[in-house]
Amino acid sequence: MRKFVPAAFAFALVIGAIVAGWWAARPGALPSSAAPTNATTQVINKGEYLARAGDCVACHTAAGGVPFAGGRAMPTPFGNIYVPNITPDEETGIGRWNADEFYRMMHTGISRDGTLLYPAMPFASYTKVTREDSDAIFAYLQSVPPVRQQNRPHELRFPFNNRELLIGWRALYFKQGEYVPDPKQSTQWNRGAYLVEGLGHCAMCHTAINVLGGTSESKAFEGGMIPNQNWYAPSLTSNREGGLGDWSLKDIADLLQAGVSNRGTVYGPMAEVVYNSLQYISDEDIMAMAVYLKSLPQRDSGPPIQSSDRLVQPATMELGRKIYDAQCRVCHGAEGKGAPPMYPPLAGNQSITMASPVNSIRMVLNGGYPPGTRKNPRPHGMPPFTHVLNDDEVAAVVTYIRVAWGNTGTPVTPAQANELRRLLPE
Amino acid sequence: MRLIRRLILKTCAAACWALPALCAAQNEGIPAFKTVDSMEARVQGCVTCHGQSGQGTRNDYFPRIAGKPASYLYNQLVAFRDGTRRYPPMNYLVAYLPDAYLREMAEYFAKQRPPFLQHETAAEPGMLGRGQAIVTAGDQKAGIPACIACHGAGLTGMEPGIPGLVGLRQSYIAAQLTRWRVGERRAAEPDCMKRIASRLSDGDVAAIAAWLGQQRPPPDPSPESSNLVRMPLACGSQK
Repeated sequence: MRKFVPAAFAFALVIGAIVAGWWAARPGALPSSAAPTNATTQVINKGEYLARAGDCVACHTAAGGVPFAGGRAMPTPFGNIYVPNITPDEETGIGRWNADEFYRMMHTGISRDGTLLYPAMPFASYTKVTREDSDAIFAYLQSVPPVRQQNRPHELRFPFNNRELLIGWRALYFKQGEYVPDPKQSTQWNRGAYLVEGLGHCAMCHTAINVLGGTSESKAFEGGMIPNQNWYAPSLTSNREGGLGDWSLKDIADLLQAGVSNRGTVYGPMAEVVYNSLQYISDEDIMAMAVYLKSLPQRDSGPPIQSSDRLVQPATMELGRKIYDAQCRVCHGAEGKGAPPMYPPLAGNQSITMASPVNSIRMVLNGGYPPGTRKNPRPHGMPPFTHVLNDDEVAAVVTYIRVAWGNTGTPVTPAQANELRRLLPE
Repeated sequence: MRLIRRLILKTCAAACWALPALCAAQNEGIPAFKTVDSMEARVQGCVTCHGQSGQGTRNDYFPRIAGKPASYLYNQLVAFRDGTRRYPPMNYLVAYLPDAYLREMAEYFAKQRPPFLQHETAAEPGMLGRGQAIVTAGDQKAGIPACIACHGAGLTGMEPGIPGLVGLRQSYIAAQLTRWRVGERRAAEPDCMKRIASRLSDGDVAAIAAWLGQQRPPPDPSPESSNLVRMPLACGSQK
């Protein structure tokens, strides 16, 4: 009897293992759920996800460099900032930091050694991140391979090379504090607001930056030129620009996560955000962000467009139509409806008609591919026309798409096309 | 110069009425495709510079990419994306495209066999002889192997990683050789092309470019198979 018990036990174990093996390997089984039960693994996985939501990798990695090892030059109107190494190397990275110091940096913009960070680090947004999330991001960063790479000193012009000036900047533009949920709104809305205002640091581009490199809270998400990149980040609060008030939640979610939607497509700096960050965000979180973005109050701060602003010379219109028919119609259609989500519509597209024509001119000059994402791995692209069309022709065709098919844009001048042509990569 | 180019283009446009063949040549860089869900439609982002089938366009600079080995084209696309090969318009276009898609684009253009465009070349007397000598026989004293030793007897390149040279313009070849010489263009180690380019003089570059720019393709412009021949220098792109 005594011998029998262990034998029976072993037999049961073997049968159990076979059954478990068969069960785990059955068609359609989900991947084993054994791994994430470990608390450390869970925290690091969460930290990796949140680090993606914060898009840390985009700035903290040099072109062709090791992720998070820093060294990327970030041109600002005040000179070059060189982004630091945030791998856990003891000497050159953040290997000797602890979670308290990391949270203080995220929350207050003060580094481990007490220096004030330049606001190129979006601590004005990251201050909204919870302690728990900050700790998870820290745990993840400590888990990546350390890279020995010395930080490069910034090359900022006088007087901006004096960090004492940041005391003034902080007094004007920095409000410290974790995100406080709005009890009048749903859990989903609050999750979206937390991601958009915090880790997503959307306001860094979508709120105009003034001459002091600050953003004004009263103008939050009203759009602005992105310094040194020559792209215009549309307002998220105006139906005349990128305002999402009349977009469906699905179109907003698609734009953020896939990079393409039935209403428009991301290019330029937003393509980078989708490629490095948003494509990895869960369906649930993307939907929460969409719900929040759609709810942003819609207000038009600019003066209303007069019909006299929209007057176009008939010859310009005719030239624009000719070029459109020859070069653009094959993808964007005779009526500008496009073939979404592959080819974006131009008719009724706010990014075409908004006050700043910068992005439309850039697209005609340089073309562009949307990012290749998990939900749209093989995007359709637009060719450059900078070598095909002269300034008059670029101005004519951009004018045409801004006013044809009932579009409410204003004409652009050859001088505007020329200015961007000179600024942009040849 | 711009004016002359415009005049030539206008003349071409006028000739279009009379000669449909010329007209087709002029339209080679205008977007066009049959079905939206196809690679043909997806690579329309390339056509105003590289032509509908990768044959190149009338523009002085943009190279023919059709029929080059897929791995060569893929290596270039990855290098443009990651910034290890610098040309801002290309760096911008492919910045956010994943490996698998760049591979697919490379394979698409590697399969194309459009007719070759005829280019004008300019050469001073004596240059062509020097160019032909380096391309076909090399310069033993200077340690320069013959171009055809790796780029193929018909200059159509070699699988998997060595590009064809036939069909490229004089100006493009000269510009690229110069970039290799100064270290702006690089390839996987061992970087044989860097070693060779560092041994070329200004005169050599001009002579090679002038002669290559005049060559016509063999009846089959496909790249040679790999490893039919022993290559004079170890090449990281052939691994």
